[in-house]
Amino acid sequence: MAKVSMARVPHIPLLRSGRPYRSLEVRPLRDVVGGEVIAEASQASPGMISRDLRDMDQACEALGGLTVGRLLEICREAGRRFAEDELPLGEDRQGPEDYVRQLSATTAMPQSMVRSNVGKIVGALEGMEAVLGGLTRGLDLEILDQGWGEQDGRRMSYLRQSRSLGAVLPNNSPGVHTLWLPSIPLKVPLVLRPGSAEPWTPLRIAEALFASGCPRQAISFYPSGHAGGNQILLGSERSMIFGDQSTVERWQRDLRVQAHGPGWSKILLDQESSENWPSYLVLLAASVGANGGRSCINASGVWASNHGLELAQGLATRLASVPARGLEDPEAELAGFSDPEIARRLSQMIDDQLEIPGARDLTAELRSGGRVVEVEGCTFLVPTVIWCEDPQHPLAQAEFGFPFVSVVQVPESQLFESIGPTLVATVISDKPALREQALTCAHVDRLNFGPIPTHQIAWDQPHEGNLFDHLYRQRAFQAA
Amino acid sequence: MVEILQTPLTDKIHQARQKLDEHVREIVAWHFDPATGCPFWLERATGWDFDPRKEIGSYGDLSILGHFQDEWLRGGPVRRWVPKALADRPISVFETGGSTGVPKSRINIDDFRIDYEMLSDALPDESFPRGRDWLMLGPTGPRRLRLAIEHMAQHRGGIAFHVDLDPRWVNKLVRAQRFEELEAYKAHITDQALTILRAHDTLSCLFTTPKLLEALCEKVDLKRMGIEGIFCGGTEMNAQFHRFAREELVPGVEFVPIYGNTLMGLACPRPFDAEVKDYTITYYPPSPRAIFDLVDPEDPEKTVAYGETGRVMLTTLTREFFMPRFLERDEGERTEPIDLYPWDGVSSLRLLSSLTKTVAVGVY
Repeated sequence: MAKVSMARVPHIPLLRSGRPYRSLEVRPLRDVVGGEVIAEASQASPGMISRDLRDMDQACEALGGLTVGRLLEICREAGRRFAEDELPLGEDRQGPEDYVRQLSATTAMPQSMVRSNVGKIVGALEGMEAVLGGLTRGLDLEILDQGWGEQDGRRMSYLRQSRSLGAVLPNNSPGVHTLWLPSIPLKVPLVLRPGSAEPWTPLRIAEALFASGCPRQAISFYPSGHAGGNQILLGSERSMIFGDQSTVERWQRDLRVQAHGPGWSKILLDQESSENWPSYLVLLAASVGANGGRSCINASGVWASNHGLELAQGLATRLASVPARGLEDPEAELAGFSDPEIARRLSQMIDDQLEIPGARDLTAELRSGGRVVEVEGCTFLVPTVIWCEDPQHPLAQAEFGFPFVSVVQVPESQLFESIGPTLVATVISDKPALREQALTCAHVDRLNFGPIPTHQIAWDQPHEGNLFDHLYRQRAFQAA
Repeated sequence: MVEILQTPLTDKIHQARQKLDEHVREIVAWHFDPATGCPFWLERATGWDFDPRKEIGSYGDLSILGHFQDEWLRGGPVRRWVPKALADRPISVFETGGSTGVPKSRINIDDFRIDYEMLSDALPDESFPRGRDWLMLGPTGPRRLRLAIEHMAQHRGGIAFHVDLDPRWVNKLVRAQRFEELEAYKAHITDQALTILRAHDTLSCLFTTPKLLEALCEKVDLKRMGIEGIFCGGTEMNAQFHRFAREELVPGVEFVPIYGNTLMGLACPRPFDAEVKDYTITYYPPSPRAIFDLVDPEDPEKTVAYGETGRVMLTTLTREFFMPRFLERDEGERTEPIDLYPWDGVSSLRLLSSLTKTVAVGVY
C-alpha cells in the first residue's frame, strides 16, 4: 500500500455518509498498459466502516423524507447525468469520456465495451420504475411511502429489514452495478466497497445521484482491502457480495448476504434444435463472447442432445476468428486482464485440466499461437471452445471470465440431470416435457425459453434473488 | 578545508554514536567472554578465524558477524541463550506472536523491566498519571507484554488489570476466514474490558491494539470512562489510524503509538505536535540497547538514504541478549535523528511488502 501521495493525479476520496474524506492511506490505480499511476484512492479501515455503520439512522431519515416517486425522478435525471455530465471526481472533474478512458485503463475492458455498459446503467436508472415494478410484482409504491396501504382490495404493509444495503463490488463489468441501484428508490441507504480497480462506476453513479437531488447521506463509499469488505458484510443487516466461488461460498449460508458468484450459465438444446445448430450459432457465440465473456450471464456451457462435436467445431471456428485488439480499438470484442499473471495461470489451469481424458480444446487446433496473447501492451486470453465427451469432466462446469465455453453432449432426457448450478439457462426447445423439467430444475435461476441470449436481461425480472425481498418483509397489518 | 557547522543536534548525534560504539564493545566483550557469555555465541565463535572481541570496535564492525538468523531462536535448547554470568538468576522465556510459524523464543531476566522503565520515562505524567491504574487489553500468555505492562504500572505506582488475548487463535480465524467467530472473540475480549472499566474507577491508563481499541470505542466513550492516556501498538498502526484515533476514537485522550517486539524491546514515537498535526508515526529505537538501520531489501549491506524505504535491520545489545543485524519482517522510511532521539528512526513502519500476502494479522 503506497504511503506517499502522488502528485496531481485525481484523488478518489471515501464518502462517509456522502461526506468526502481524504484518508492518509491511499492506493494507486495503475494503467494496465505501462503501469502509469492514473489516480489514487483513499482507503477505509474496517474500524472506520464499523463506526460509520452505527450512524445509518440519519441516512435512512434523509432518504425516508423523499417519496419513491421523487426518488424515481432523481434516478431518471441521474441516468442522463451519468451519461452526459461532467461530474466530481474527488476534487477534480470527470467527463463521460474521461470515465470511459479511466475505467478501461485500470480494468482492461475495451473502451467500446465500457460505452455499451454505460447504456445498461442509464437504462436501469431511467427505467427504474419498471425495475421496481418487476421486483415488487406491481406493488403500489406509495405503500412504501406511507408504511401501509390498500391494493386490489387488500391491506398491505412492508417493513424495511435493514438500515443500509452493503455491497462488496467486483471489477469485472460496470453493468453489474445496476443490481444495487434499486436500493435508493427503495429508501435503503447504500454502503459500497468498490473493486480495487473499479471505483469509477459506483462513484460516478453516486455523484450523478447527488447532482440530481439524492441526499448525500444516502451513499457511503469505502475503497478498502478485503477486511473493509468483510466489515461491511458483518456490520450490515442486509448486503450483497460479488466474487469468485471461494469468496462467495463463505457467505452463502448467511441469510443477510446475497451472494453473487460465478454463473455457469448454459444453453441447452433438444434433439431438433441440436440438429439445427447452425441456426443458433450467432446466438451461441454472442452468449459466450458478449461483454468480453466477463459476466456471470455469459454462457460457459452448451449442452446439446446430439451433433455436439459438429456444434462445438462450428462454434470454435466462429469464436477463433475473434482477434484480440487494443483497448481503444472500436472493433475490440475481447477484454484484457489487468494482471497478466492471472491470465497465464488461468490458461495453465485449462491446459492442466485438458490432461484429464475426455476434453479437447478445439480452438487450439484452429489457431497458430497460444491462448495467451499480448496486444498493444495488454494481455488477453483468446476465445476457447472445449469439446467435452463427459459431462462430469471438470471443464464441463468451468467459468473463467473470458470467452470460454464447453460443449457437452447429453441425451435429451438427461439434460437437466447433471447441469449443476446454472445462473441463466436458455432452453431451446418447444417440448412441454423438457420445459417442465426446466421449470422444476432447482439448479436453474434465470430461465429463458427459446432462442434468447443468456446475457439478454429484462429489467423487470429479478436477478439471482430479489432485492426487494432482500430489503423488505411483508407483514400482517390490520387497522380498525 | 571545509568547516563543519556544529549544532547541538550534530553534537548529540556524535555523542550518541560514541556511546553506541562503547556499548557495542562492552556487549561483545560480555557475550564472547567464556566466563560471562552464552553457550550459543561461545560455541559459534569457535568456528571463526577471528576473535570478535578484538575485531569489533564499533557498531559498524558488527557486519563481520553477518546477519542474525531468526531460525536460531526457533526451538531449543533455550538455555543456550542464557549468559553464564546470569545463569543463577530467575529466567523467563518470551515468545513472538507466532504469525510466521514456530515462534521465536528469547530469554529474559531484567531486560523487559529496563525497557519499560525507559518507556515510562517518556510518558507524560499528565495523561498517564502516576499512582493510577492500568488496563492491559492485549496478548498475554507467553508474551513479554503481560509482565512488562504490569511492571510499568507498578513502576509508576499503579496496578495493572489484564484481559487475555490469544493472537495465535486470532491468526487461525483470520486464515480460515471465520469472520463471525473472530467478531465473537473480539466481543468476548471487549466485554471483559468493559466489565473491568465499569468496576474500577481508578483506571486511567490503557494499553491495547488498534483493532481492540476500535472495538472498545464502538461500545463506550473511553474519555468518559476515565481513561486519560492510551498507548497502542501493533502491526496495523499507521498514520491514518493515528489520525482516526485522535480525531474520532479517543479525542482528548493522549494517544501514544508504540512499536515493540520481543527481540528488540520498545521503540518510542516522535512526540505528536498538535499544531502541525502530522500523523506520520516515526519510531526511534532505545539506543544503545537496540538500534536499527533501514537497508536495501535486495542488498542489506546498503543503508538507504533518508526518506527512502528500507527493510528494518535490528541489532539488540544487552547483557541478556545479543542479536546483531537481524533482518526484520518490517519496512519503512529512514528518518533523521531528532533532539530527543539523536539517531536514525523509521517512519510509517509496516509489514514488508513481500510478506503482506502471507502473514495474517488479526486483532493486532
